[in-house]
Amino acid sequence: MSILYDERVDGALPKVDKTALLAELRARLPDLDILHSQEDLKPYECDGLSVYTTTPMLVVLPERVEQVQALLQLCHQRGVPVVARGAGTGLSGGALPLEQGILLVMARFKTIIEVNPEGRFARVQPGVRNLAISQAAAPYDLYYAPDPSSQIACSIGGNVAENAGGVHCLKYGLTVHNLLKIEVLSIEGEHLTLGSDALDAPGFDLLALFTGSEGMLGIITEVTVKLLPKPQVAKVLLASFDSVEKAGRAVGDIIAAGIIPGGLEMMDNLAIRAVEDFIHAGYPVDAAAILLCELDGVEADVHADCERVRAVLTEAGASEVRQARDEAERVRFWAGRKNAFPAVGRISPDYYCMDGTIPRRELPYVLRRISELSAECGLRVANVFHAGDGNMHPLILFDANQPGELARAEALGGKILELCVKVGGSITGEHGVGREKINQMCTQFNSDELTAFHAVKAAFDPAGLLNPGKNIPTLHRCAEFGAMHIHHGELPFPELERF
Amino acid sequence: MVAAQQFPGCDASAALLEQVNQALVSATPLRIQGGNSKAFLGRPVTGEVLDSRAHRGIVSYDPTELVVTVRAGTPLTELEAALDAAGQMLTCEAPHFGAAATVGGMLAAGLSGPRRPWSGAVRDMVLGTRLITGHGKHLRFGGEVMKNVAGYDLSRLLAGSYGCLGLITEVSLKVLPKPRACLSLSLQLDCATALAKLAEWGQQPLPISAASHSGGVLQLRLEGGEGSVAAARERLGGEQLDSGYWADLNEQRLDFFADPRPLWRLSVPLNTGVLSLPGEQLLDWAGAQRWLKSDADAASIRAIASAAGGHASCFTAGVCDSPFQPLAAPLLRYHRQLKAQLDPQGIFNAGRMYAEV
Repeated sequence: MSILYDERVDGALPKVDKTALLAELRARLPDLDILHSQEDLKPYECDGLSVYTTTPMLVVLPERVEQVQALLQLCHQRGVPVVARGAGTGLSGGALPLEQGILLVMARFKTIIEVNPEGRFARVQPGVRNLAISQAAAPYDLYYAPDPSSQIACSIGGNVAENAGGVHCLKYGLTVHNLLKIEVLSIEGEHLTLGSDALDAPGFDLLALFTGSEGMLGIITEVTVKLLPKPQVAKVLLASFDSVEKAGRAVGDIIAAGIIPGGLEMMDNLAIRAVEDFIHAGYPVDAAAILLCELDGVEADVHADCERVRAVLTEAGASEVRQARDEAERVRFWAGRKNAFPAVGRISPDYYCMDGTIPRRELPYVLRRISELSAECGLRVANVFHAGDGNMHPLILFDANQPGELARAEALGGKILELCVKVGGSITGEHGVGREKINQMCTQFNSDELTAFHAVKAAFDPAGLLNPGKNIPTLHRCAEFGAMHIHHGELPFPELERF
Repeated sequence: MVAAQQFPGCDASAALLEQVNQALVSATPLRIQGGNSKAFLGRPVTGEVLDSRAHRGIVSYDPTELVVTVRAGTPLTELEAALDAAGQMLTCEAPHFGAAATVGGMLAAGLSGPRRPWSGAVRDMVLGTRLITGHGKHLRFGGEVMKNVAGYDLSRLLAGSYGCLGLITEVSLKVLPKPRACLSLSLQLDCATALAKLAEWGQQPLPISAASHSGGVLQLRLEGGEGSVAAARERLGGEQLDSGYWADLNEQRLDFFADPRPLWRLSVPLNTGVLSLPGEQLLDWAGAQRWLKSDADAASIRAIASAAGGHASCFTAGVCDSPFQPLAAPLLRYHRQLKAQLDPQGIFNAGRMYAEV
């Protein structure tokens, strides 16, 4: 079942006359940069999930909030769908354009308005890159904690829209835990301040609701993030295991010892070998799994915790435990993990990255099932895993040039996500639903829950003009998806208990 | 997995759902009530009592997953005792305001204790919830995993919603290990110096987990590993303080709170300096939460809070018609629209937060 917008199951979109709209936009917003020719629109046909493409009707590149406001007012009056986009690095097709809609690119809002060390916050425009915030805060020994792997390129507006994560979430939280305030424009062009400069705000916690809402409720025009003092020291341990089960149990043992690592990552043998060939990080290529455990904080505590973790890992059956001897080796250990995706990209023409989360105790079972599903589909899967917080990134290896392989990769991906839901997890930990996982939403939520999501949407955007078709599937789509599944006998739990 | 039967519990969700559905049929407004420990907060609500307390018990708790799932009617003390026995805690230190406080009330009020600026609020611990809506459905949002961005985040939205969006029946919370070392200090410092010091220390990796100021004394709590706490103790100096102070502050048992004048809570940015307020004040949250005992009118207190970039709420019942700071007109409109979507008949705690919601 295709994930591209399908009016038959995703709902009819308004019919918009491109020529008339372009003329009106030019008249009302003479200084707004508008792209309309086929060759100019082409680069915007996808986001980071590049296997799916749709050419937008128009692309607009505003530079001032007033332009965004006027644009939204016009779109609201004329019934024109609007898809917002930041840096376009999202991995779930959340910024996939619509042929009948405007793509609103917020990338030119690049100003860091204020870095306030006493208040430990930074106020920035939505197009500012994630890493640029930490760089601007670095002179004060402060940083912005969430660090998605795309942090050199991804923008903070997109981070908020997707509730982006990273490798340090267990200890430092997701984007939602690191925000103070956002300024947004509603589809009617009304300005709303959600959250505040204080630690809370009166009324419902709409800041939480908007974080991760995938551009469906409003357009973010400014973000105030919390800054944290940089940890004094960070140490990394690398532990090798001869089975993934042992590695999985070791993760629980570390937590049970009362230690919350800054980062706790796991990779399986296929991922280890791909990385070692590419980065020469010093990983043990014979290990069935490795754990990378980073401990950060004040020096005396980190030293004591390293000893505790080393003892726990040894007790858990690690065949080898190595501590990075110096900063260079620590960076090298991490470089391997951070380059896992491109490394896998070198051993396969294409790969498809999944993002399910599971309760950690289910890890051995889930990895065993993934390897069985992988064998059934005839496609290899490399596993990279934010072990500390249960967020898996199985990478499905395929070749898009081989007929049918993309479809098989999608089918395998869908089964892996359904497996995550079955063991009490979620179809997405940090990449978002977008269009990519729109069908699997029907597995995670029942029709009453999806109806409640549509009700939330209707409170902010009753005409459904903001990013139509993303995040929440229509009941019609789920009915077809469910019927298809039952027909193939692949989903034996249509009303699955999710615990 | 710690088996659920170790915790006496009772699933009364069917009866709660039945009561809600009958209220929907007969258009009867409902007043949600747990232990009634926070009934003094917000505006008065009239309606048939919807009592959550029969729906109680820990549903699942696996300390190595750092997640506990608990029914809303469970006494907060019972949850805290179970976590404590496993060496873990709720980092938000929610105030009880009475022995009968429930987990549902903690979530609905969304109030957090002294650790708030460093470890987050109640909403930051929320991973998932179950909710009975104004459509008479019992729904599940979020889950029991640390990271979950599927669908809108209705779970965290419920924190601090005072029951106005429906009846919370269950919540999954992230929990953390208790710190290895804990030590409290008091330092003789005037308010301006204390705030300046806190701003400076806040930019450094110090293990401070609570900071309050009153009567020319700064109270600090240090939590972390043995090494970092000892080093910070050495560096900061001061006298050792009984650690029971923080619970007395959190539960408003200090002498300050005995003042008969109305109690106001000002929430202001971390970098707010000394505020000249019309009454006695006590600073918590390193200055970001200021308690005020004052007879001044709501408008003048709110003007000061707003000018500082914050807001003020009244913690004494019956003092003003809108205990929570009024919302800007567009924001209020979206509050009403959200309420209308999730509770179209307006049967849940109507007017508890704002007259219009």
